[in-house]
Amino acid sequence: MTHFLETVFQSVFWSAVIKVVFVFALLLLTALILVWFERRVVAFMQNRVGPNRAGPFGILQTLADGLKLLFKEGIRPRKVEVGLYLAAPIMAMIPAFLIFLMVPIGAPIHIGETTVTLQGADLNIALLFVLAMSSIAVYAIVLAGWASGSKYPLLGGIRATAQMISYEAAMGLALVPVVVFASSQIAGGSLGVGTMSFSRIVALQAGSFRGPVPGWFVFSLLPSFVIFFTAAIAETNRAPFDLVEAESEIVGGYHTEYSGFRFAIFFLAEYINMFNLSAIAVTLFFGGWLGPGADLPYVGWLVPIFWFLLKTYALLFLFVWIRATLPRLRYDQLMTLGWKWLIPLSLAWLVVFVLLQGVRVFGMPWS
Amino acid sequence: MDWGNWFSDANNVVFLVVALVMVAASVRVVTSPNVVHSALMLVIALAGAAGLFLMLGAEFVAWTLVLVYIGAVIVLFLFGIMITRAPTGRDPGRLDHARRWPAAVVALGTFVTIATVTTLAFEDRPVSGAVTSGGDLGEVLFNRYVIPFEAVSFVLLAALIGGIVLARKDPER
Repeated sequence: MTHFLETVFQSVFWSAVIKVVFVFALLLLTALILVWFERRVVAFMQNRVGPNRAGPFGILQTLADGLKLLFKEGIRPRKVEVGLYLAAPIMAMIPAFLIFLMVPIGAPIHIGETTVTLQGADLNIALLFVLAMSSIAVYAIVLAGWASGSKYPLLGGIRATAQMISYEAAMGLALVPVVVFASSQIAGGSLGVGTMSFSRIVALQAGSFRGPVPGWFVFSLLPSFVIFFTAAIAETNRAPFDLVEAESEIVGGYHTEYSGFRFAIFFLAEYINMFNLSAIAVTLFFGGWLGPGADLPYVGWLVPIFWFLLKTYALLFLFVWIRATLPRLRYDQLMTLGWKWLIPLSLAWLVVFVLLQGVRVFGMPWS
Repeated sequence: MDWGNWFSDANNVVFLVVALVMVAASVRVVTSPNVVHSALMLVIALAGAAGLFLMLGAEFVAWTLVLVYIGAVIVLFLFGIMITRAPTGRDPGRLDHARRWPAAVVALGTFVTIATVTTLAFEDRPVSGAVTSGGDLGEVLFNRYVIPFEAVSFVLLAALIGGIVLARKDPER
């Protein structure tokens, strides 16, 4: 058995196939659980019960809803641009799945002589790849809105472009300190040798910050995390930034004209993106899969995965908590927050951070 | 090198496919009757360019191209198109232009000039010591070419200020 697994994972092709299939299954399962999780948590916060009929604690509710949507008729309005209308849900899924391939979900496993990384691909520039993918995620929404040939989806699409462009800038700027800081943490590294690889960034957070506090970057780079998380909520079009699909203003926004399983795919993509961004926040700021290890026989490799999922779900709880707490912003408030607060704030933090970092590395200018 | 040898290298085949897709997409950018479709074809052409950079091993440049051009510039194009022309369904406006043949000649002339200059400059010499990794790129950009780099950023600043001047309402009038 061990020998067989070793042979399989030594082959680049089969190990890639296994990882991709695993990520696909994990993300679909996560989306199912996440929808239920959100409905339950919001229900408790609003003093309701929430879905509790299908399965234990109602955990099968999403599956039931998903199957219902799958069997429903896919209505295609007459005025749609057929090609783009059908392509848009697929375009929503692709970046969502590709982003998660970069995230290391656990410590590398040793099978015999072979080391298997629990990560789809360890790109040297994973951070840039993630930003690029999340920036092309907007196409699905814009094209869904435009191809529907109806006014509310078009308005939703226009809102999506403006919102995502604005918050992407803040998100990118907030991540610059992370890269600089991670590069400065490389032991024995010369100046100018940096890293954007997620596995390296996780490994660099292994030490201790002060005493028992772990060396997660969030303690050194709290402003970056706050800006990143705010921008992440806006990027995933979640409340209070869900103007793209504001029910009370533009019906369903970009997915008004979608029904059946095509609608479900947009829904899934939104939840997968939420999970992705939480996972990336955990990787960059909360030490990824790092956590107290346990030397268990056979299942020891599951412990890092447990820590990773625990941290990710803690952040997802924050997502849901914010949704349940804050009312939706008005459109001008959204733009003001993005351009007049978040971007200047991230620029100011970048300058402050670079000055501090300069003093830390080179000493005071007069010394 | 004869055609058979050239074609039996997988790299060359991939290059050929990407290049053909890029050429076809670029032609559609100008011939498509619908502005939104033109913008999307431009996305395909740019994605092809990113693919070519990936084939050269320049990951950093490739993903920056995707991030900046596909993820921001074309999205802004689409934004502009949607709030000005809003062409849901068939595009009512005529995008054709009476001077399309002179335009085609100019485009072809530019292409031939650039292609000739590039081929003559490199001839058959393989590009050695190419800068591909992000670290090397930063080194070159901020040491050797720092003045052109700053000059380009100055041009962008001028464009930014120009945009603000144009968009701003004059309180006097």
